[in-house]
Amino acid sequence: MSKTIFELSSPDRKGYTLPKCDLPASFNAAIPDKYKKFLRKEAARLPECSELDVMRHFIELSHKNHFIEKGLYPLGSCTMKYNPKVHETIARHTCFANIHPYQPLETLQGALEIMYELQKDLSEIAGMAQVTLQPVAGAHGEFTGLKIMHAYHIAKGNHHKTKIIMPDSAHGTNPASCTLAGFEVVELKSKPDGRVDTEHLREIVDADTAGFMLTNPNTLGLFESQVEQIAEIIHSVDGLMYMDGANLNALMGIVKPGKIGFDVMHFNLHKTFTTPHGGGGPGAGPVGVVDKLVKFLPAPIVSKNSEGYFLDESHADTAISKVHTYYGNFAVMLRAYVYIKMLGADGLRKVSENAIINANYLKYRLSPYYHVEHLEHCMHEFVADGTKQKKQTGVSTLDIAKRLLDKGFHAPTIYFPLIVPEAMMIEPTETESLQSLDAFAEAMIQIAKEAESNPDTLHQAPLTTPVRRVDDVRAVKQLDIKFPL
Amino acid sequence: MPYISTTDYERQQMLQAIGVTDFEELIRAIPEKLRLSEPLKLDPPLSELEILRKISEKTCKNMCVQTANSFLGAGIYDHFIPSAVEAIISRPEFMTAYTPYQAEVSQGTLQYIYEFQTMICELTGMEIANASMYDGASAAAEAILMSVRKNRLMKAVLSGTLHPEFLKVIKCYTEGIGIELVTVPAKDGLTDLEALKAAIDDKTSCVVIQTPNFYGNLEEAFEIDKIVHANEKCLLIAAVDPISLAIFNAPSEYNADIVVGEGQALGNSLNMGGPLFGFFASKLDMARSMPGRIVGGTLDVEGKKAYALTLQAREQHIRRDKATSNICSNEALCALAATVYMSLIGKKGLQEVAMHCVRKAHYLADEICTLPGFSMAYPEAAFFKEFVVQTPLPAKEIIGKLLPRGIYPGLDMSVYGNANQLMIAVTEKKSIADLDAFVKALGEVTNV
Repeated sequence: MSKTIFELSSPDRKGYTLPKCDLPASFNAAIPDKYKKFLRKEAARLPECSELDVMRHFIELSHKNHFIEKGLYPLGSCTMKYNPKVHETIARHTCFANIHPYQPLETLQGALEIMYELQKDLSEIAGMAQVTLQPVAGAHGEFTGLKIMHAYHIAKGNHHKTKIIMPDSAHGTNPASCTLAGFEVVELKSKPDGRVDTEHLREIVDADTAGFMLTNPNTLGLFESQVEQIAEIIHSVDGLMYMDGANLNALMGIVKPGKIGFDVMHFNLHKTFTTPHGGGGPGAGPVGVVDKLVKFLPAPIVSKNSEGYFLDESHADTAISKVHTYYGNFAVMLRAYVYIKMLGADGLRKVSENAIINANYLKYRLSPYYHVEHLEHCMHEFVADGTKQKKQTGVSTLDIAKRLLDKGFHAPTIYFPLIVPEAMMIEPTETESLQSLDAFAEAMIQIAKEAESNPDTLHQAPLTTPVRRVDDVRAVKQLDIKFPL
Repeated sequence: MPYISTTDYERQQMLQAIGVTDFEELIRAIPEKLRLSEPLKLDPPLSELEILRKISEKTCKNMCVQTANSFLGAGIYDHFIPSAVEAIISRPEFMTAYTPYQAEVSQGTLQYIYEFQTMICELTGMEIANASMYDGASAAAEAILMSVRKNRLMKAVLSGTLHPEFLKVIKCYTEGIGIELVTVPAKDGLTDLEALKAAIDDKTSCVVIQTPNFYGNLEEAFEIDKIVHANEKCLLIAAVDPISLAIFNAPSEYNADIVVGEGQALGNSLNMGGPLFGFFASKLDMARSMPGRIVGGTLDVEGKKAYALTLQAREQHIRRDKATSNICSNEALCALAATVYMSLIGKKGLQEVAMHCVRKAHYLADEICTLPGFSMAYPEAAFFKEFVVQTPLPAKEIIGKLLPRGIYPGLDMSVYGNANQLMIAVTEKKSIADLDAFVKALGEVTNV
């Protein structure tokens, strides 16, 4: 196991240089008396390492990660596509990386222009009237969207609208965001085919319904064909339709959410628009809305007048309060902007088409070996169920996932959606080639055979990773959340 | 198509294998009338060369703080970042991985988060820290929610010296769920302690202060501790500048219960204000109530040291509507930059950086106050690296006059009701020549 950086430390070793503090002597002297009471008693025990110590340490750690350039990363609903390098070159340009949000606007015109165009392009892709770029993650976008819905109902005096309905296949962030935004969650059981039960929905909708939250395509990878009827039911009680845009990668240039009944949606720029996931962030979760909700978007929005681009706060009176200190994750926006500009309309459509083809191809390759619950064609992802393996061989989805790690692949999203017991949610994305899909399929098929011939290997897996199966329970029971210094 | 690997020929083969003749057959579940009949209205696609050209037209319209002599702060700061930070965070092993769901192939990410948590605990004196929040503002908002979870009281008292944008975000996170916010006014650039005392009652869940506060001033945290903790259940939440903690009080010294802050200053660029990252730390008794991801040390089946996400029963993917927060993606790569930064700059380096800031800021303040019409807005207050000056002309005019000289003199405080005030931030990156050039120019443009 790697030592921690603290164990590499040696007193007075240095990994930095700073210029001399070239001020007059009086300023370089001891801190004045007035400040004595504020002085820290004991120094923070940060490590003391050379630059080489630090480089070796973090490079050693990096070797223990799976990442996109190493191999397929089929986490369903996470859209782990390849992140092109030109995006990085551009995002690191000094005139983007080193601009301060409070600079005079005339020195930020290039940045504001990009934000303005991104607002416009995202609005066009989603069929929405306007977009806020402020939210910095998908769940942050959900929260922002729900606050906008809340503001809409309050503005109409509908204080009783407190319930948000969502299917039981929803991402965990959906119900959590509802609670955070002050709504009550009403869960709707999915039909046997995995889609929204519109009949049941009709029964539970009432005057208190504030809205409906739907992932489309849903988390089973199926398009919610009844979306218009769902919207009609929700709109009939003046509820609002929220789309969780986690799966937008299936829809670009094919369907515009804003034109099929949705009123609010968030984008995951780190998914659909291929900005790096960063080991868990930074992402970006812009929110698009239809006309009647534009006035509730958090201020500012980037607008344009005869003098150029500016931060428009003209709707501040009706806007919800801010969700970010400044204007959102600009460096993430930049990468998404470049992606849209390089692909254009045809390119984005082809991204979605190929994402769908790749998923269906994998589904076709795996269906003789794994149970695939819904035998119709999927969109950009599908859910395989390991129940057959579990029953016949005792091998669980967790075992299969861990064995995949041995074979150089990341595991799919497992045990989600919750409505499929041994779920493996597989999203290959369009950036994977036919060869790499075949290689993944071969690995999955081998594992299915291994489950029958040698289930023990699977229970033991992974065998070749930097550490073997990790004890999660111990991590909770014997809490060790910082290095003992 | 640069980002799609399959060729059209392969695509056809795949469609055939699936058993369909064309793509349209795959999307039959989408009713015909819902589908777009025409292409999206977007600009025609650009090659890599063309996009680089287009971008360079745009970058020319920005003037960055490297070209300008900038004194802008107000929450994020232009500190020096050693080159090794970029070298590490650009590695695809870190950059293109995701949340460490599969611990066995994510030990790199998990271990650096564990190290990050340890460093944040060291800086703040707290017992547990999470893997990061969106920014300092959302961390402060979530701290209030955690306090409410702990003591079930529904009132939060906020110091009026908090960053105004923090106040806005806090409002967004707390309104509509029954939490009452009371803001205590500022007096002489500090929290008004009398007013603070008066604002707290037995319904108060927590008090939120920031030190150094929005104006750069160090709050009387020991006095605030006494006032807050005179109420048995009331928690003290402190928002802090991590660089200041190298030399000024660890929040544990004044008994803060929850410590949050904007972490950008630790190894992250300005990026027009994003990405940032919030840090979030507290006493251990709140471990099960914290928002966000937490990494813990454990063992693998062979008894080897390993790391894993821990206390996940708090989180949205398990607890859904009962989760402590909705946060899923955080700002992990920014936390990595901070971890590498703190590893390089180390125990003594961070003190050195902080001392540069204090000394240079005080030198600049003294020099500016020798100019006619300039004075400290809060002469009694102790400050760290940022301060407010009273100006002889409206700040807006001064900013306009200094722009052609390539100087950003600081923040125009007119938004906060003081047209003749500038807020000026100084970091270790400023040389004495930068500071003197600023003072000279400031004198010239205000000498009317």
